[in-house]
Amino acid sequence: MEVRNLVKHFQIGGGLFGGRAATVKAVDGVSFSIRRGETLGLVGESGCGKTTTGRAILRLELPTSGEVIFEGRDMAKLSDTELRGMRRRMQVIFQDPYSSLNPRMTVGQIISEPLAVHRIVPDRAARAARVHELLRHAGLLPAMARRYPHELSGGQRQRVGIARALAMEPTLIICDEPVSALDVSIQAQIINLLEELQTEFGLTCLFVAHDLSVVRHISDRVAVMYLGKIVEITDRKALYEDPQHPYTKALLSAVPIPDPAVEAMREHVVLGGEVPSPLNPPSGCVFHPRCPIAVADCRQIVPELREIKPGHQAACIRL
Amino acid sequence: MEVLLDVRGLRTQFHTKAGVVRAVDGVSWNVRKGETVALVGESGCGKSVSALSVMRLVSAPAGRIVEGEILFKGRNLLALSEEEMRKVRGREIGMIFQEPMTSLNPVLTVGRQLTEPLEIHLGMTRAQAQIRAVEMLSLVGITDGARRLRQFPHQFSGGMRQRIMIAMALACDPALILADEPTTALDVTIQAQILELMKSLSRRLGIAILMITHNLGVVARYADRVNVMYGGKIVERASAREIYANPRHPYTLGLLRSVPRLDEPRRAKLQPIPGQPPDLSRLPVGCSFAPRCAYVVDRCREQVPPLDEISVEHLSACWLARDLPTLTPAEVSGR
Repeated sequence: MEVRNLVKHFQIGGGLFGGRAATVKAVDGVSFSIRRGETLGLVGESGCGKTTTGRAILRLELPTSGEVIFEGRDMAKLSDTELRGMRRRMQVIFQDPYSSLNPRMTVGQIISEPLAVHRIVPDRAARAARVHELLRHAGLLPAMARRYPHELSGGQRQRVGIARALAMEPTLIICDEPVSALDVSIQAQIINLLEELQTEFGLTCLFVAHDLSVVRHISDRVAVMYLGKIVEITDRKALYEDPQHPYTKALLSAVPIPDPAVEAMREHVVLGGEVPSPLNPPSGCVFHPRCPIAVADCRQIVPELREIKPGHQAACIRL
Repeated sequence: MEVLLDVRGLRTQFHTKAGVVRAVDGVSWNVRKGETVALVGESGCGKSVSALSVMRLVSAPAGRIVEGEILFKGRNLLALSEEEMRKVRGREIGMIFQEPMTSLNPVLTVGRQLTEPLEIHLGMTRAQAQIRAVEMLSLVGITDGARRLRQFPHQFSGGMRQRIMIAMALACDPALILADEPTTALDVTIQAQILELMKSLSRRLGIAILMITHNLGVVARYADRVNVMYGGKIVERASAREIYANPRHPYTLGLLRSVPRLDEPRRAKLQPIPGQPPDLSRLPVGCSFAPRCAYVVDRCREQVPPLDEISVEHLSACWLARDLPTLTPAEVSGR
């Protein structure tokens, strides 16, 4: 999959109730590619545009401009029928498994509905068998098919969400904060499950999350977003061992390590200020008001994402 | 160090249609003057209810403190009248909640919310309270206080609102602050700012903090002592250094093994704790962690292990506490 210069702006205000019209630049020119079978981690803080990027790829939000090429085809140029077929091959796993499951349907109905709608398994009896198989893949007992979402724990609900995504036999899965609503002891269960399924079915994965430790564990490559832009993108190893962009460095240093002995020795870069509003992003480099190494030029020049080292891109004029 | 808050044998229950929920099931812990103590555990382990019990804010009639003592500066808070208790809340014990937007009143200005407790608890005039409120805002890093006081909570960002909550908690110069997941709703860079702020204020003003969290990293960076809760009970207690270096309860061990760490080599596979956290209305007979425990023996399913001291200031509620494997670095990184 390849994303080229993806832009998603939202217009706010200026409607029936007046108010000043303004543009939120949620995603502002994002480009990356994911190879078949690879996992790209997309990290950043709330409001950086990582979720909107995922939604624009799925065309749940219509991109303002830019291209999404999936399996060689430009998603924007597909007819409705073709898009439906394509969507089958891209599935999404959401953060909150409770609000993304219909409370009035049993687990079995939730998983079998797409199988029927997309005529993947038209035969009723075969569909029930397929549901049981999918539940087993997701680490659930077939008896779960008769339960309702409210009878399940958070981890079990997320497993149902995963089984539903697998039902469509996708090649690409977009995981949007799939474990952040779960308890620590359950997070590891779901991460392991996602990894096993990815290997088993050869899935390509875009893993959107804010937890840098989880992203390191699951990703092959990682992109860091800040205020609608990618500021750094490279292999997992390079990003975590040799981060280049000052924002990436600050983010990594802000993550507390669960070991007081290590914490006592560590240097902490505490960033001042807050993420500016995407309604009114700063001039030049959007990170400059919080950047520890900013110079006067940073206020004027919009840094391009460029190769700093082989396979390692960052957007900073100081590098 | 002098003990400031001493919780003894606290038992808080909720009577629901599904049965009696034993949210806090006979726990004892304390906070000494000026120190930061953590209550760690997953959702539903009873950590928030513990804090609400201290403040006597458990919602009646469903919720009830059925047993125990909560001694604050030697006085049993459970024996106070409602009126006396109101003088403790906000005045002597401050509180910070997870979601600042839902704990601030959306229709009152921030200034009114900051000055009200000063007028009520400390008997300040409105003008005095105003001056103090501006001071409090600058203490928590909000400049231009006079103007900011006239604004409403929705005009502030999440991080700024949490700073206001901290200013409110500090306003009456309390001896203790109960902080319930104070940074969970915030981004990591803002989390770092808020925690650094709380730490420096607690050092400077000598305020003790009870930090309630599920984040093991936050605990490691900021707590002096740690209580690990599971199924309404404390299962392990030690200094922060000791508990991370030498966990003596299988649940603590499991938690530490299950989280990926940025400072360790990446592991091929995480080691999750199998199963689900217990249902507090249907706790098993013996140790409530037994159904998920890798080291379980027959005795665990029959008798609840007591929280016993296994070395100085290190307590564990496990029959096998002394025989558990140690957490070697090699094991952590799965090599």
